[in-house]
Amino acid sequence: MIDLVINISLLTFLAITAVAIVRMTNLFAIIMLFGMFSLLTAALFVVMDAVDVAFTEAAVGAGISTVLMITTLALTKDQDEKHPGCHRPWLPLAVVIVTGAALVYGTLDIPAFGDPDAPAQTHVAPYYLEKSIPETGVPNVVTSVLASYRGFDTLGEIVVVFTAGIAVLLLIGGRHSTSKNKKNKREENDA
Amino acid sequence: MTHNLILRVIAKFLIPLIIVFALYVQFHGDFGPGGGFQAGVILSAAIILYTLVFGLDAAEQIIPPTILRLFASMGVLLYIGVGVITIFLGGNYLDYSVLGSTQIAGQHLGILLVELGVGISVFSVMLIIFFSFAGRGKT
Repeated sequence: MIDLVINISLLTFLAITAVAIVRMTNLFAIIMLFGMFSLLTAALFVVMDAVDVAFTEAAVGAGISTVLMITTLALTKDQDEKHPGCHRPWLPLAVVIVTGAALVYGTLDIPAFGDPDAPAQTHVAPYYLEKSIPETGVPNVVTSVLASYRGFDTLGEIVVVFTAGIAVLLLIGGRHSTSKNKKNKREENDA
Repeated sequence: MTHNLILRVIAKFLIPLIIVFALYVQFHGDFGPGGGFQAGVILSAAIILYTLVFGLDAAEQIIPPTILRLFASMGVLLYIGVGVITIFLGGNYLDYSVLGSTQIAGQHLGILLVELGVGISVFSVMLIIFFSFAGRGKT
């Protein structure tokens, strides 16, 4: 019962935040609302007992990505430009409604939350749950699955993160010239 | 921003706590929620808070960008290296069981090392991205 109340209020807040994001034009406020959206999502994950995912969502979605968006905003401008005259909402609205209806129709086939007969629970999950302690001795099954049973996946993920870092460095990173400039300036000042 | 007394005092109080929490999440990930990815992000959040309050130059003096690039590669290499070591010890790639005297000890050590690699790499990459964006446009 209490779960239901929490779920409904969290989802209501999510919907309100989403509508507010759509209706706003101040990008700074939108980024803040994005952070709130992620935090609410993290709370929803906690209600669903997915603590590890909630942890990541709160740290990455609400924390780091908000900061990164703000630093990006500092490099651009913080107001969305209005495009007067050319705003025709009907076609996009129709596309959104049809897509949304298709998605809602799709959810009807999804097994109920926590259904023990769901494909996700019957494939390899029972093996992990039964063998995690005797095979790895790690009480947190999420960790043993991530790092041991699915070690290759995690290796792939970390390489993706690494590649993202390299890409950002290549595109906009590096303050080599800056530090050199500073040294030059300092030398000039000394001289 | 630099002359905000309350902000500076609170940040100085909070940053050590955030770092300790990150280490807890890193090394307690076997027993509770968390792991390398979350710990790396939390640790980088501590440095980002420091950067926001004290400025980019002060932060880059603590952690120079060259060190960050080194760490980012070291984390990935640690992960890959654990896999290579398990091959040399006679197991499959990333089969940690051969690392220790017993299967459980080996798995424990392997997971710890791999999570450490993930943590170091995520921490460095997050800071690399943040520093790149924050340093952009400054002459």
